[in-house]
Amino acid sequence: MSAVGSAQNTARAGGPALVGRAGADGGARRSLSVGRGGPWFVLPFVLVYAAFLLWPLVYGLGMSFTDTSLVSPEAEFVGLDNYAQLASDPLVWRTLGITLLFTVLSTVPLVLVALVMALLVHTGTRGQWFWRFAYFAPFLLPVSTVVLIWQWLFQGDFGLLNAVLGWVGLGPVGWTTNPDMALWSVVLVTVWWTVGFNFLLYLSALQAIPATVYEAASLDGADGWRRLFSITLPLLKVTTGLVVVLQVLASLKLFDQAYILYGGSGGPAGNASPILQYVYDTGFVNYRLGYASAISYAFFLLIIVVAVLQARLTSRKES
Amino acid sequence: MAAVTDAPTTPVRLRRSPRRSPDAVPALRSPLWVRAALATALTVVALLWLAPLAWALVTSLKEEGDTTAVPLELVPENGFTLQAYRSMLSNDNLITWFVNSTVVAVVVTVLTVALCASAAYGFSRTRFRGRNVLFALTIAGVMVPPQILIVPLYRQMLAWGMADTYAGIILPQLVAPAMVFILKKFFDGVPNELEEAARVDGAGSLRIFLQIVLPLSRSILAAVAIFVFIGAWNNFLWPFIITTDPSLLTLPVGLVQVQSSFGVRYAQVMASAILAGLPLVVVFMLFQRQIIRGVATTGLGGQ
Repeated sequence: MSAVGSAQNTARAGGPALVGRAGADGGARRSLSVGRGGPWFVLPFVLVYAAFLLWPLVYGLGMSFTDTSLVSPEAEFVGLDNYAQLASDPLVWRTLGITLLFTVLSTVPLVLVALVMALLVHTGTRGQWFWRFAYFAPFLLPVSTVVLIWQWLFQGDFGLLNAVLGWVGLGPVGWTTNPDMALWSVVLVTVWWTVGFNFLLYLSALQAIPATVYEAASLDGADGWRRLFSITLPLLKVTTGLVVVLQVLASLKLFDQAYILYGGSGGPAGNASPILQYVYDTGFVNYRLGYASAISYAFFLLIIVVAVLQARLTSRKES
Repeated sequence: MAAVTDAPTTPVRLRRSPRRSPDAVPALRSPLWVRAALATALTVVALLWLAPLAWALVTSLKEEGDTTAVPLELVPENGFTLQAYRSMLSNDNLITWFVNSTVVAVVVTVLTVALCASAAYGFSRTRFRGRNVLFALTIAGVMVPPQILIVPLYRQMLAWGMADTYAGIILPQLVAPAMVFILKKFFDGVPNELEEAARVDGAGSLRIFLQIVLPLSRSILAAVAIFVFIGAWNNFLWPFIITTDPSLLTLPVGLVQVQSSFGVRYAQVMASAILAGLPLVVVFMLFQRQIIRGVATTGLGGQ
């Protein structure tokens, strides 16, 4: 038991740390190691960055205080009106709720399934190339391909999913027509499509655990389950934190697959309409660019808050 | 959005050892039945994950009349046919979109890598006034989800006359602050000796960058390039917003638009979906090592 404990400590101290390294600014060797012409190297990127990120960011913020419309050339300053309106807009709250629900429903399986996949592949069963391909390949497909394939699987009368349900004696499900299923179907598509990315993050973390840790545990008589729960899973904590943060931030930005799956309708009863789709509809269907900007920025604020909270939580856990 | 958080720094081990290496294999010493159960679970999950692709492929190889046969049949009554692929490949729109996607993805990849590598080198190996501020600003940009910029960016492109142009599709996709961060981190770790020697010999910064640093960074540049390419090839939202001209659509956008016009021709829909996904699957088969290392070392790629 004590051997397990100490081996674990060694692994944590000496093993390849999952902590980002700070950039080394070696000040001592400045004269020779430091080049000239820095601004010229940085300038092209900075120009593109300023034109296509900074400027629209500022421009959009300004627009959110106006009643800019896509169809009329004039816009008036309306102060905080847009923000006041969105706070009492039921559709904002509804689509935000759907977005948060999707984030929870998708993050849990996207983390757990990825972990199980990585643990299974890491057992070293022959055919590593094939397993990695099978689990990761969907991540490489364009979202349109993914959704077209799943629309076909979801199809009510000739779809594979309902056929499988029929084989095991269950009735057909209205995957994309039943309001209660609408969001679950988006979750299903998303898990299948993107789990491979988290799987690879876990796999690389698993392979970074030194063999000596397991050897010491084996000598101590720890069996497979014991090694899994006492060594592997505790050592994956940092990676899990990273995967959860990335996943929550990605899930909050749900748009493409939900939009395409339901052809922009938001799904039956609008139950699969995320907040970014409300931004899109407000701006590009109803032409209210000012109000759409305001919703974007309120949502952006939420994302920043989530990111900061999570950064805090993970840093507290580590220390 | 790509991650700049503490990413795992150890690449996935890719070499296949002739014997199963004990270090990677905690379950190896487990009893046979445990190993058999694990291998079975591995296979079942893999089949589940490949089934949608396999079913799409089978459907695309059927005659239209056979796709809606009930009960479902794996081998269609009238045999397999390439009919759906033939009609897709003779569809002028599809060819145009394929060309558009290729042009956009290649141009975005080349320019993004050039811009980011150059900026990363400037941030890593040169000193000038305002460097730290600019770098901090770049890192802050990682926090901005491209999705929240679509409204102002669309208006801006309209005003600049870039709606429905290649430039309009491509330029906003070139901003990749996360890639600058990743490359800078890599350059920071490249030993200085070669550069110093070259500098003693009188080489300028540009020559050092092009002839010493870039060749030393081939692996990370490849990883970044592959990820930028995947992102550009698969990008849906921005091309969807900025293009209306059918001759300018990229493949992911075009597919969605024709889906309705194909109606219930499922074999053709599946064939077009597979054709759009095929290039990246091929890229993955060729570059599995780089792609996996890219994910592992940088945690980048997810949108």
